[in-house]
Amino acid sequence: MNKTVNPNELTSNDDNGPLYVAQKKVYPQSVSGTFRRIKWGLMAFCLGVYYFLPFVRWNRGIGAPSQAVLIDLPNSRFYFFFIELWPQEVYYFTGLLIVAAVTLFLMNSVGGRIWCGYLCPQTVWTDLFYAVERLVEGDRRERMKKDKSSDPMRLERISEIVLKHSIWLLIAWWTGGACVLYFSDAPTLVKQLVTFPAPMIAYVWIGILTATTYVLAGYMREQVCTYMCPWPRIQAALTDEWALNVTYRYDRGEKRTSVKKAAELRALGEHAGDCVDCYQCVAVCPTGIDIRKGPQLECIQCGLCIDACDTVMTKIGRPKRLIGYDNDINIQRRRDGKAPIYRIVRPRTVVYSAIIAAVGGIMLYVLATRSLLDVNVLHDRNPVAVKLSDGSIRNAYTVRLLNKSGYDRVIAIDADGPANATIHVVGIDSVTPDRPMIVIPRDSTSELRLLVTAPAESNPEKSIPVRFHVTDIGLGEAASATDNFVSP
Amino acid sequence: MTDHHGEFDSVSGRSTTGHEWDGIKELNTPLPRWWVITFYLTIVWAIGYWIVYPAWPLISGNTRGVLGYSSRADVAVELANLDKIRGDKMVALGAASLADIEKDPALLALARAKGKTVFGDNCAPCHGSGAAGAKGFPNLNDDDWLWGGTLDQIMQTIQYGARSGHAKTHEGQMLAFGKDGVLKPDEIVTVANYVRSLSGLPTRKGYDAAKGETIFADNCVACHGDGGKGNPELGAPNLTDKIWLYGSDEAILIETISKGRAGVMPAWEGRLDPATIKAMAVYVHSLGGGK
Repeated sequence: MNKTVNPNELTSNDDNGPLYVAQKKVYPQSVSGTFRRIKWGLMAFCLGVYYFLPFVRWNRGIGAPSQAVLIDLPNSRFYFFFIELWPQEVYYFTGLLIVAAVTLFLMNSVGGRIWCGYLCPQTVWTDLFYAVERLVEGDRRERMKKDKSSDPMRLERISEIVLKHSIWLLIAWWTGGACVLYFSDAPTLVKQLVTFPAPMIAYVWIGILTATTYVLAGYMREQVCTYMCPWPRIQAALTDEWALNVTYRYDRGEKRTSVKKAAELRALGEHAGDCVDCYQCVAVCPTGIDIRKGPQLECIQCGLCIDACDTVMTKIGRPKRLIGYDNDINIQRRRDGKAPIYRIVRPRTVVYSAIIAAVGGIMLYVLATRSLLDVNVLHDRNPVAVKLSDGSIRNAYTVRLLNKSGYDRVIAIDADGPANATIHVVGIDSVTPDRPMIVIPRDSTSELRLLVTAPAESNPEKSIPVRFHVTDIGLGEAASATDNFVSP
Repeated sequence: MTDHHGEFDSVSGRSTTGHEWDGIKELNTPLPRWWVITFYLTIVWAIGYWIVYPAWPLISGNTRGVLGYSSRADVAVELANLDKIRGDKMVALGAASLADIEKDPALLALARAKGKTVFGDNCAPCHGSGAAGAKGFPNLNDDDWLWGGTLDQIMQTIQYGARSGHAKTHEGQMLAFGKDGVLKPDEIVTVANYVRSLSGLPTRKGYDAAKGETIFADNCVACHGDGGKGNPELGAPNLTDKIWLYGSDEAILIETISKGRAGVMPAWEGRLDPATIKAMAVYVHSLGGGK
């Protein structure tokens, strides 16, 4: 759209004015339609999950936390329903982040800024705050009028403002409050928060998140998306000519004209644009832009202008979707009299889907086959080997046993390597001296010093691989680790 | 440049800053006001920071800031807190018997961690960082102990040392049989070969085993015992095993018998507190050679 603009038509915002610009307050008008309904539904779902998930219970047995989703920082554990992760298993989060990132890429290449328009917390909370604003202060025109009015404030207006900010603060406070509930047992913490013996840090975080929610959703709003968020910039590199974006179909819309004039033109058999310049798409836009100017950085592609335009088109008896999910290729094709084509399956989307499937599959596999008993062995570095008075050789190892299960285990340790070797665990007088047995409490690790002694003459090689087997003698679960037995 | 200021870019419909590079003009994209305000606030914050916290380097030292904050002082506070936390555990360590410490996994872990650190600071210069020893300095990982390898014996050696000058120290040393004229050089060679035979090492051709045995019985048995099995009371090593503190070559044995040996282990009582010495004893014992 290499449209040239006459300098005289420029708005005051575009002149060679100051070095900075004041935020232009946006007054989005209420709208109804398909995309509005989708947005209400997603908002209810996202907020519902966020606010109520901490209260969902999950039975993990006595002594273990009963919260379905819990980030237990003091004990370094993460609980997610049937999964309990230890700090060393942080790679699951790496996998999750990879899947999340590529899913964003996929969204982008299929339908543009789906994340920004429907799912991003900034969008969801801003949308909610706008809804409150509309409910208390009225729709677009009323709000604009009230803000512009230079009359002294009446009690009615003051109470409106107080009410709006009170509701905003209440939502913000609940948002902050829900966040801390993910870090501690929710029902207990709620009780503590109300009766005040809750830890100071909980109040501090609620305060911080209340403030950020209130400021970001109540004041910063579209400024966050336009100036703070790096994602709109990155997305420009992820989209391509086939990606569907919220698009003004200017092939259909131009040349803009009034309903009456259009009817006259059509009666004469001439082409008339469907756009009647009603500015409804601008009025409902939460970022205050005009979609008819083409793709813009500020556009979060929430689809509300589609709903607004559809309403108008229905009223004037023209086909819907003058604004819709489309791309420039199809606009050109329609101009050339060809049928539009939609290509969802392209190398780009196939590769993204394949990455999601591969990483997700690997994660599921690893999670399904995850062992709840593990052993790590570290050979002593100094000295690597010790000669004993009878000439035999001893190697020492640090053995770390991990019991990730919810019950205590009795573990037997065997070493498989040098001939005629004996093993001993420092500090353990096992009833079975050749096969030390150790109790590891549930959900914990034990570090042991393990000594392997073997006669020199039966192990002439300098280094022999040795395999340590640990077996849960009750359940038969086993794990093993390999190291070397070294002679001096 | 100001001449161009306010020029319009016809494609975007925006004004330009007047800056031009190879025909490409920079669009005037003003910053949002809140951004500029935030920027100025950070400057104000920085000035406040200079006043409150240490900031500017001076010729010697730096400005201190009105809060008197220093990261060094923070470390001191944290170390004091650490001592406080450890206090209870170290008291428990001091109160428990050595055998009980080894049986309690928590106390064993504490003793080993503490012992390892203290060992690194105090013992590693002679015994090596992994306690593997060196010529003249015993390997503490093996099962050969000059002064005994039980927990109590190890603790006693750490407390009072060997030939350290402490009133309760281990005494007893390898005499200089050659230097002091007790044995003649050829007798020393003979008894050196006899000592090698005790642990099955090869001996010099034509050496008189009977004579060696006689010399050994007359001079060495008093300390090293019948058959050279050693005596931990006197720090006399077992001569029949495979471990040699100074080496088992004939030449080294001749040197040992001629000039004697009297290595020194310092006494640590008074230099380390009792709980730490206990931790050390448990650590050394747990290296693997303890009896």
